Amino acid sequence: MAANGQIKIFTLKIDGKDVSARSDQTVLQVCRENEFFIPTLCHLEGLSNIGACRLCMVEVAGQRKLLPACTTMVSEAMEVTTTNDKLAHYRKMTLELIFSERNHTCSVCVSNNHCELQFLSQKLGINHIRVPYRFPKFAVDASHPYFILDHNRCILCTRCVRVCDEIEGAHVWDVSGRGIQAKVITELNQPWGSADTCTQCGKCVNVCPVGALSEKGRSVAENTKRSGFLPYLTARRKEKI
Amino acid sequence: MPKTITIDPVTRIEGHAKITIYVDDNGTISDAQFHVTQLRGFEKLSEGRPFTEMPSLMARICGICPVSHLMASAKACDNLMAVKVPVTGHNLRKVMNMAQIIQSHALSFFHLSSPDLLLGMDADPAIRNILGVAAKRPELAKDGIRLRQIGQQMIELLGGKRIHPSWVVPGGVNAALTAEHRAAMLKEMPEIKEIVRRALNWYHPVVKHYQEEIAVFANFPTLFMGLVNKNGEVEYYDGTLRFMDSAGNIVSDGIDPSEYDTWIGEKVESYSYLKSVFYKPMGYPGGIYRVGPLARLNIASKCGTPLADEELAGFRSIQKGPVSSSFHYHYARLIEILNCAERVEDILKDDECMNPHVRAIANPNCFDGVGVSEAPRGTLIHHYRIDENGLIKWANLIIATGHNNLAMNRGVLQVARHYLDGLNPKEGMLNRIEAVIRTFDPCLSCSTHAAGQMPMQIDIQAPNGEILKTITR
Repeated sequence: MAANGQIKIFTLKIDGKDVSARSDQTVLQVCRENEFFIPTLCHLEGLSNIGACRLCMVEVAGQRKLLPACTTMVSEAMEVTTTNDKLAHYRKMTLELIFSERNHTCSVCVSNNHCELQFLSQKLGINHIRVPYRFPKFAVDASHPYFILDHNRCILCTRCVRVCDEIEGAHVWDVSGRGIQAKVITELNQPWGSADTCTQCGKCVNVCPVGALSEKGRSVAENTKRSGFLPYLTARRKEKI
Repeated sequence: MPKTITIDPVTRIEGHAKITIYVDDNGTISDAQFHVTQLRGFEKLSEGRPFTEMPSLMARICGICPVSHLMASAKACDNLMAVKVPVTGHNLRKVMNMAQIIQSHALSFFHLSSPDLLLGMDADPAIRNILGVAAKRPELAKDGIRLRQIGQQMIELLGGKRIHPSWVVPGGVNAALTAEHRAAMLKEMPEIKEIVRRALNWYHPVVKHYQEEIAVFANFPTLFMGLVNKNGEVEYYDGTLRFMDSAGNIVSDGIDPSEYDTWIGEKVESYSYLKSVFYKPMGYPGGIYRVGPLARLNIASKCGTPLADEELAGFRSIQKGPVSSSFHYHYARLIEILNCAERVEDILKDDECMNPHVRAIANPNCFDGVGVSEAPRGTLIHHYRIDENGLIKWANLIIATGHNNLAMNRGVLQVARHYLDGLNPKEGMLNRIEAVIRTFDPCLSCSTHAAGQMPMQIDIQAPNGEILKTITR
């Protein structure tokens, strides 16, 4: 975006193809507008971007490092590569590491067949996990009257944290711990059912890409999500419709 | 010097096992033990999981009878929710359970046991399998494969996939039946009956050659247990538990399945991961009983469907009182397939099966829930306890093969005593020891809540543990 706040139109190359973009767009937005496939897990239309999952890494000419497409703004004459062997290698490795960190057993997961992690793994051709599984033991928090939190399925995308803070305005969720100890918590690491700030709106459950958050009473493979509502909700609130 | 003979692994059964035969100084057999050598621990790993996950989680115990575990588990969960499953949900579950019995009995009879019956107990093990059957009597092998296919297809039509469908859920099932699938299933029932008729026509004359085996294949007095409906007829999904003694007296009847532990005890033996289950009032091991097709037909007043009842009359004529030789499990299986086909037809012909209301929704309302159903191999018990949030605190499973454990052990001893000649076991003896186990169609993967395939080795062992002789194949 220009310094005076005016939006410009840039021309850039994505995988050798000339495209135009608004200066307030991210590389990911422009790629998706032009139907270039870039995998994402932490990104969700309607929420802020944090570049946490590292699946949307792209190559930008002149940059030594790979850049996350979701947090990289477009610039004039930028040359972006979305698909090559190196990127495919890193993306697969990233997914494998996510799988190894927790207990993602699709066949008995409430989100089986409705899971973004599972979908991406199939799309990117993950058929083996080449690193050892860690098999952590996390207790399931089923104290909430309507919802269940299963850390064993969590990928720490923090969509729940952001949707609760940015859209619902309740900020029930946070992340505690660092690195491998990190986990999402409700209030100050209290059982979800005792969280007074929770409005029980269920937005966190609907944006969760995996089976970490689900509605109570859903059996295996029954956890369908409605995450498409977010852009509309945000737009309607801005417009005060 | 006393010796030990070990058969390890045992083949053409579901799971891993080995057999040890103890021979004393006089060359006579003092004891035989059937060891189940695997442990999986599903009861333990389910702790802390939401109860709504249990049917699908527990179905993973077995790839052959996942449906049976789905049934017992879902029924335990129904009780945790304290709901009444809608009639159609209930009946559709029954159809799937019977489809499971049809396909599993087909596997046991045609794929696993017909090689013994067709080719003979003394035939070369290399050809004594379903391929050997296909070579000698292709129509028999084809019938078996087709019957299994029909059963599996019915499971798929109902639940979306053949193995581990997640369609059976606490409170009922998660999708109503479509007219197309109903018609597809109904269309197959006459063929099932024809296949069973052909199999019976083949089986009746063949079985006459096996009088010696019939006499010693776990042929002894035991109790029998299974579910019966309110009319005392064979029941596969619901009903109450009944115990019958070897003389045909009903010793306990109308037992609410939730009170199973008043009547049934489990004993751990150091030689096996499979617990030995017994009838408590008669103690251990006196409370030995059998479950499964033989027991179900013995304890029930009738099958409740015309063709099966016609054949049941033949079964009853084998002997006065309950049929005691486990060899007749084979016959009982064929009758049950017939019974299941007729019952499925009855359910599916009734338009009530198309009712879209197939599931009751509720939070957990009870902290303790028991689910009992009849798996192909016998009575299956799932018992769960949950905390106030619906997370599993404790689980106990008693699998059909566990009920039969004492009888299988004693059956092995009986066969070994009859056929073993000192320390030089003949191939035919080993085959018969395996075959007696096979009559029970044990599922060891299920019974130890474990998986895999079974192969055979015999160790002859001195009392100090020294292996004097090993025979493998």
